[in-house]
Amino acid sequence: MSPEAAHHPHVPGLAHHFDSLEQQTEATTLGMWVFLVTEVLFFGGLFMVYTVYRTLYPEAFAAASHTLDITLGTINTAVLITSSLTMALAVHAAQLGQRKLIMIFLIATMALGSVFLGIKGVEYYSKFVEHHVPGASFHFEEPQLAAHAQIFFSLYFLMTGLHALHMIIGFGIMLFMLGWTWKGTITAEYYSPIEIAGLYWHFVDIVWIFLFPLLYLLGGRGH
Amino acid sequence: MAAHILPKRVYYTIFAILMFCTYLTVQIAFFDLGRLNAIAALAIAAFKATIVILFFMHVKYSTRLTWAVVLGSIFWFGILVALTMGDYLTRSWRMFG
Repeated sequence: MSPEAAHHPHVPGLAHHFDSLEQQTEATTLGMWVFLVTEVLFFGGLFMVYTVYRTLYPEAFAAASHTLDITLGTINTAVLITSSLTMALAVHAAQLGQRKLIMIFLIATMALGSVFLGIKGVEYYSKFVEHHVPGASFHFEEPQLAAHAQIFFSLYFLMTGLHALHMIIGFGIMLFMLGWTWKGTITAEYYSPIEIAGLYWHFVDIVWIFLFPLLYLLGGRGH
Repeated sequence: MAAHILPKRVYYTIFAILMFCTYLTVQIAFFDLGRLNAIAALAIAAFKATIVILFFMHVKYSTRLTWAVVLGSIFWFGILVALTMGDYLTRSWRMFG
């Protein structure tokens, strides 16, 4: 560190072990991506299990998939993509230091996230009513496919449940970001917390981008 | 601050493309195309994920190290899929059975 820098230690938001805010932003972005790699492999294991069972039992998977509500699934996909747009706009506002706009877009992102979880709750409810939840009271309309349809629904609840848990965690992150923005910690110079929160939110969106076609859109729905 | 600030219209354009792709993938699901259904659905999903990563997540404007980490995640997931399916898809061959 140069002597001048040592004498001007107070750049807001700059931790002492970084030379500059640019270096710090690069490091935090990289660190977040390393975390997201572990998340890719975390969800990846489940996607792998799904692929193996779908290859082994294609008829049961198609029949079970067709019991899901494609309209609600599509609406939820649109809602989540819109929340990714508001998140991207929140980051944009943060880069320009527009405090009020950051807060508006963060709240919009949280609101859309809540709509997604609400619709997901409605879908879960109807699955309980139809006895499509794996377990002792599981019932499937085509008895010869029931055992393998149960595997589909186990994966459906595990994968969408884990995705929903990530959204709830994202909700908590947004609350923190809202607090920091409110206090004035977030500025055009120090916007990387919003950027990092955005990376997380977009990742959760990407997981759904793959979950939606794999769970809802198995083809031949017109029959 | 030398942050690479994208114009807002980039985000709106990506949003519009994502919405159109969602419409397209749902429409395709109403036809019975056999294996093509899965291929089309996954191709559209992969395209959507790619533009989210490049533009919403700013990877297009990130350092090469970030690129390497992002591609690394795809590469490692590829190993998982390739080796696992290499096993499951060839079990029925029973060359030595």
